[in-house]
Amino acid sequence: MQKITREVLIAKAEELLSNGTVSKVLGLKKGEFSYDQTPAVFTDIESMKKDFVFDDFSGANFSKYLIKETKKGEGKTLVFLKPCDTYSFNQLLTEHRFDREKVYVVGIACDGMVDIKKIKNAFGDGIVSVDATTDTLKVETLYDGVKEIAKAEVLAERCRNCKSKKHVAYDELIGEDGEVISSNRFDQVDELEKMTADERFAFWQNELSRCIRCNACRDVCPACTCEKCVFDNPNSGVQNKAAANSFEEQMFHIIRAFHVAGRCTDCGECSRVCPQQIPLHLLNRKFIKDINGFYGDYQAGEEVGNRAPLVNYTKEDLEPSEAVNKGDK
Amino acid sequence: MRKISLSNLDKAFALIAENAKLYIPVDGKGGASFKLWQEGVKMSDALNTVRSAKDFFFPQMETLMEFKTEGKNIEIIDNRQEKEDFVVFGVRACDVKSFEILDRVFLSEPVDSYYASRREKGVIVSLACGRPSETCFCKTFGIDAANPAGDITAWKTETDLYLLANTEKGEKLLSAISSITEDCDGKAVEEQKKQISAIMEKLPLSNVTTEKFGAGKTKEYFDSPAWDELSSHCLGCGTCTFVCPTCQCYDIKDFKTNEGVQRFRCWDSCMYSDFTLMAHGNSRASQKERFRQRFMHKLVYYPDNNDGMFSCVGCGRCLTKCPISMNIVKVMKTLGGKEND
Repeated sequence: MQKITREVLIAKAEELLSNGTVSKVLGLKKGEFSYDQTPAVFTDIESMKKDFVFDDFSGANFSKYLIKETKKGEGKTLVFLKPCDTYSFNQLLTEHRFDREKVYVVGIACDGMVDIKKIKNAFGDGIVSVDATTDTLKVETLYDGVKEIAKAEVLAERCRNCKSKKHVAYDELIGEDGEVISSNRFDQVDELEKMTADERFAFWQNELSRCIRCNACRDVCPACTCEKCVFDNPNSGVQNKAAANSFEEQMFHIIRAFHVAGRCTDCGECSRVCPQQIPLHLLNRKFIKDINGFYGDYQAGEEVGNRAPLVNYTKEDLEPSEAVNKGDK
Repeated sequence: MRKISLSNLDKAFALIAENAKLYIPVDGKGGASFKLWQEGVKMSDALNTVRSAKDFFFPQMETLMEFKTEGKNIEIIDNRQEKEDFVVFGVRACDVKSFEILDRVFLSEPVDSYYASRREKGVIVSLACGRPSETCFCKTFGIDAANPAGDITAWKTETDLYLLANTEKGEKLLSAISSITEDCDGKAVEEQKKQISAIMEKLPLSNVTTEKFGAGKTKEYFDSPAWDELSSHCLGCGTCTFVCPTCQCYDIKDFKTNEGVQRFRCWDSCMYSDFTLMAHGNSRASQKERFRQRFMHKLVYYPDNNDGMFSCVGCGRCLTKCPISMNIVKVMKTLGGKEND
């Protein structure tokens, strides 16, 4: 697999900007430290050479930003998409959220992104810099000198359970495409299913009680693209800025999980951004697993225009009573 | 100055807990948080809690009052429960400073009696930062991580905890545990202060300055073209405001039940589209305007109204938690220009 580096992407951007294929590039701008990258739009190659960054911390899913970006000005936006991002990209196209013609997608291979939280769990606070150019990360710390850790140990949770190395959408690829791979992503769902209802309730109550209702999970989610979220609408009757009790947080997250069921591609952004490290992706995975079980394997975003099982009707569909029984198992 | 061996810390906690509710930082899933001390609860070594200590005085949600209706009569019920003293142990210098910032808002006329009664009942034991993080920049705001304020200041070494009372409340608390503490000189503390100050100089953000900001700068920055790019990818979530020790905006709402009305207040975020929503709509229609509001408030508007005091304490929580890693340091460096680089 070709190693995707900052230099490779800048060269590609330079080519596409100078031959007029694209007018701007959606990418990441380097921050104060090795890991704090911020999305940015670049319109010239000089600013890219100065600030553009791409490395093992570049995990953000760019698909949702295209909704806003494609509405600005003429010309195409160049975006580099990892395999998992392309599923969100297709799902957004299925929902007619942006104009495909205004985007130029360069698919880039990905061998997993690292999570700064895991590096901090290993070495504590005070991470001066991280050199992630090889499979062994060199971490410079304030207090313990330079430490080494295998990339595999600090892989982001979603990358640990990567479901596909295949790009389902692109205009061109850098390097060769990968395959859909078998993952263990439902293992934790299995564990939750094995619990008794009381244990499961306690598990989620413990997790969701930490929710501070910042809405970051919703705001980053590529499946959450309503113009006005019901929870932000004072006229909806359910708008609320804080929970009156701990059960309300569960309602918020469960309602959100229902709303994105069948549309969630399992990109994992919700759990990545949660300031309280709530494993929100597990709620979505439970829905994905159930949908697979009820209607046959279905991957949201695999193709543009796919009718998701929950919005489709066939005579073979499960009766609700059967679904309830299946869910029990 | 008094000291106590770390091996006796639990005894001190037990003594304190006899007369007051004691909260200490405790490790948990998702990071450290302040929890009620009970036998067996261990203090976290984490530099800071995920949520700030402001929760003790300005909780995310609180019921202000209830109304009960019977026929044409309305009964107003004040159901405040803050009657007990409480002690918060292990508050860092940044969070201690945040209380001063919140005080100026909630304790100026008209005094917020909910906040005031909690401030009155709360005793703050601060803890110097032995190992500041790369995201720390409290020095920018004149805060000394080696010498935090509070009713009592504590320094933790490998073996002992050193305690110095700064207020009457602090004296009282120290005397309550005097049986297991001993008098000592301040040598070890001076040594630690030196170490911390040396680290503070080395921190990557140690060169961030407030020079370009403060009272009277509204015109200089309000129409800056830089806001467009700074805010362009802001998700509009409330993470920065909710982990911030100095964010103080709230909303008041009524929760209606069949028996009456529960009036509560909860944190609000200027990043939200329905913040300060009025009959005509939202006065800040775009995310750029909301984003600008948050940083102008910290760096210009608050200083305007508070003798030049900034309403950021450099705790670094927003640097760690923002989903897109946009934060006040990047804003200061972009708006402030070269001097801040």
